[in-house]
Amino acid sequence: MNAISETLDPLPAETPGRRARSLGDRLFGGISWLAAVVVLLVLGAIIVMLYVGARPAFEKFGFWHFLSTAEWNPVTEMFGALSPIVGTLVSSLIAIIIGVPVSFGIALFITEMAPPWFKRPVGTAIELLAAIPSIIYGMWGLFVFAPFFADHIQPRLTDTLGEWPMIGPLFQGPPLGISVFTAGLILAIMIIPFIASVMRDVFETVPAELRESAFGIGSTTWEVVWNVVLPLTKVGALGGVMLGLGRALGETMAVTFVIGNAHELHAALFEPGNSIASTIANEFTEADGEVYTASLIGLGLILFIITFIVLALAKLMLIRMSRREGRSA
Amino acid sequence: MNSAEAMTLSSNESTAARSGIALDVTRAIAGGSSETAPSVRDGVPALAVSERPKIEVKGLDFYYGRFHALHAIEMRIPEKRVTAFIGPSGCGKSTLLRTFNRIYGLYPGQRATGEILLDGRNILDRREDLNRLRARVGMVFQKPTPFPMSIYDNIAYGVRLYERLSRREMDERVEWALRKAALWDEVKDLLKQSGNALSGGQQQRLCIARAIAVKPEVLLLDEPASALDPISTLKIEELVAELKHSYTIAIVTHNMQQAARVSDYTAFMYLGRLVEFNETQTLFTTPGTKQTEDYITGRFG
Amino acid sequence: MNIYTRRKVVNLFNLTASAVTTLFGLFFLTWLLWVLFQQGLSHVDWNLFILDTPGPGDEVGGLRNALLGSLMLTLVGVLIGAPVGILAGTYLAEFGRYAYLSHAVRFINDVLLSAPSIVIGVFVYEVMVVPMGNFSGWSGAVALSIIVVPVVVRTTEDMMRLVPDTMREAAAALGAPQWRVVTSVVLRAALSGVMTGILLAIARIAGETAPLLFTALNNQFFTLNMDEPMGNLPVMIFNFAMGPYDNWHDLAWAGSLLITLGVLMLNILTRFFLRPKK
Repeated sequence: MNAISETLDPLPAETPGRRARSLGDRLFGGISWLAAVVVLLVLGAIIVMLYVGARPAFEKFGFWHFLSTAEWNPVTEMFGALSPIVGTLVSSLIAIIIGVPVSFGIALFITEMAPPWFKRPVGTAIELLAAIPSIIYGMWGLFVFAPFFADHIQPRLTDTLGEWPMIGPLFQGPPLGISVFTAGLILAIMIIPFIASVMRDVFETVPAELRESAFGIGSTTWEVVWNVVLPLTKVGALGGVMLGLGRALGETMAVTFVIGNAHELHAALFEPGNSIASTIANEFTEADGEVYTASLIGLGLILFIITFIVLALAKLMLIRMSRREGRSA
Repeated sequence: MNSAEAMTLSSNESTAARSGIALDVTRAIAGGSSETAPSVRDGVPALAVSERPKIEVKGLDFYYGRFHALHAIEMRIPEKRVTAFIGPSGCGKSTLLRTFNRIYGLYPGQRATGEILLDGRNILDRREDLNRLRARVGMVFQKPTPFPMSIYDNIAYGVRLYERLSRREMDERVEWALRKAALWDEVKDLLKQSGNALSGGQQQRLCIARAIAVKPEVLLLDEPASALDPISTLKIEELVAELKHSYTIAIVTHNMQQAARVSDYTAFMYLGRLVEFNETQTLFTTPGTKQTEDYITGRFG
Repeated sequence: MNIYTRRKVVNLFNLTASAVTTLFGLFFLTWLLWVLFQQGLSHVDWNLFILDTPGPGDEVGGLRNALLGSLMLTLVGVLIGAPVGILAGTYLAEFGRYAYLSHAVRFINDVLLSAPSIVIGVFVYEVMVVPMGNFSGWSGAVALSIIVVPVVVRTTEDMMRLVPDTMREAAAALGAPQWRVVTSVVLRAALSGVMTGILLAIARIAGETAPLLFTALNNQFFTLNMDEPMGNLPVMIFNFAMGPYDNWHDLAWAGSLLITLGVLMLNILTRFFLRPKK
């Protein structure tokens, strides 16, 4: 047909790059392996360095004593982690209590109710909430939301819920708007997009036939969601909640702006408080003395361990979810 | 070329004597075993092909993890002929094809034991250079797999792996491959366009062109037409008939008419065993086992 | 009320609640953006880009040093983090797809993806700032790169896995060694997705404050020297918002608007990137 011979000239016995090629595989494979190992090493290094940095404080106070004391006094160099730990847990708990139902509602709206043309814009808008940097939430919280909350919402809550037995004392405090409760509210807004998008994703994994057969026997939309979709996906949805919790625990800037940064423990949620992250953010550069710095690093280690556990649980739940999905498919 | 021509071609090339022997062997084996037990025993070839074998399979077993997918396969694939593999889905025909270039080696847990001799050299040897092996044994897959690059680069990709060609030589090679794959006239003005822009049938011919541009000795076709429309299928079949003058071709197909039309030899597989291997005409007209007969007459599969 | 009516009422009530919660979410997004524009837009002018941040009591000032500093830190952070992330993602999706190591790395990576960024700041403070003896742009960039890596690892792996195995088989069947299969076929097919991951990582670190607080610190003056403390928008916003001067607050709002617009733009851009082409 043309200049190229039809007969098959065999490949030259030893092509020039032959060794180089297997070398190429080893080289490229090796470098990519190294990069993967770096990811592991970074995590290991973070834990080791935090422990090394925190040791002077643990040695001076004792680990459990450090955990269980509320006193935080740079002058006398007495430091205990209890108040920031409680502040972190309480603000995150508030965020979860408010954020989870709202996220569920949003996921339900997007998967079951919104007309197809509306799903994408709503989903995108909610996800954009997650993209906004936390410092912006802090600015907005400090200058806009906190005053608004102090003027309009807090008094009403104090007058109503604050009068109730048992939970009444929780809703007391100065009308500043700067409090553990405000921090929890802003955290809720910040974690809603994370939880909602995970919930939406796991809801959408439910096979259409199941949904259809539930509708087919006359279920209402709500019954389909509550009796079919949610039981099938609860592990995954819970994974999403844990993911949000992990975010809330470690969130720094938004909380630092509005939590008040007071080393105090109060039953009342409208009192200012602090969290681990906000304490580190505020005091780290000013900390003088080995023990002070070590105590702050110790707080960091505790925070890292707590979030690590929560995030690991979240991940395990989501893995279990996708496994089950694989089985039923 | 239509099917009648294809059949004539294959019978012209086989001598009466050879088919006689072949038939005797098949009959002998079939007669000596029950219906359920496949006829192949260790060391007993399913067919004595006297043509020069390109690939010889000896005692091949294949495993997906613990699943034993191929049992003691024995066969000789003759050079510059078309050998078709038929059988119900899951019978192991694709698995067998995938051992000839050891593409299964991309996945862990898949392994083959026994021997596969390519020109007398065992390719299952651990020291075998897989990249060179695959350059010698080309493969085309069920679904077209154009790479995310231009039509020209798709063809040139494999060539560049093993040869340093001047620009002009490469242009010639690309044209040669596209002409061989009967695609040149359709794409000669589109060479810079993405391969994804072509129709499914064109994409598949592009993949065939890409495979032959490397100048392999063997071409493995894994259900190359199953995802295509009848007209594209016809073109692929014509292509196969044309290519067998230069290449040893092994084709897996679930379509018995297709096997009858394009192949010189046909292997019928069932449950991971090679039940019968014979000249295509013989296998389809006088099948040697009950299983083969049932399958080709449509009683199962 | 019979059973049927009750079921319908329950359904209606809950669906309404669900729509209301969605409105609730959208309401906050709108509120935030509205405040940002209202407070920030009036302070966006040329001075912002040609003047440096004002000291206490200075009347006029801009954000030039902080803007350029943020740009530098983000850029260097991505330049360090993205290659590591792409390579590690390649390992997970290709070379080490079936290796035990990959399970561990995948797990740890997902944890790092949501790890508190302030802790990363403390970590880099210990391993870079203390040994070097001062806060520096380099340590800030490294802290940001630690945030970049998991984002890029995750998207790279996901995007490469979307490339069908038949594509890899086809390239391998031509005799291509694995590294050529990966670089010239798989990465090429996954390129737009990998780029999306990098854009997302940029969006993520552009507004990160916590890891910079004690690494890059802040700098009131203009510098391009990465060995010195470096001005950057997020820490500037934090300091100015907490400060007593009105013009500081104004600049903090203007800076917030710029960051948010940048980040939202990047996010919307990535959505167009990822939209399936038809």
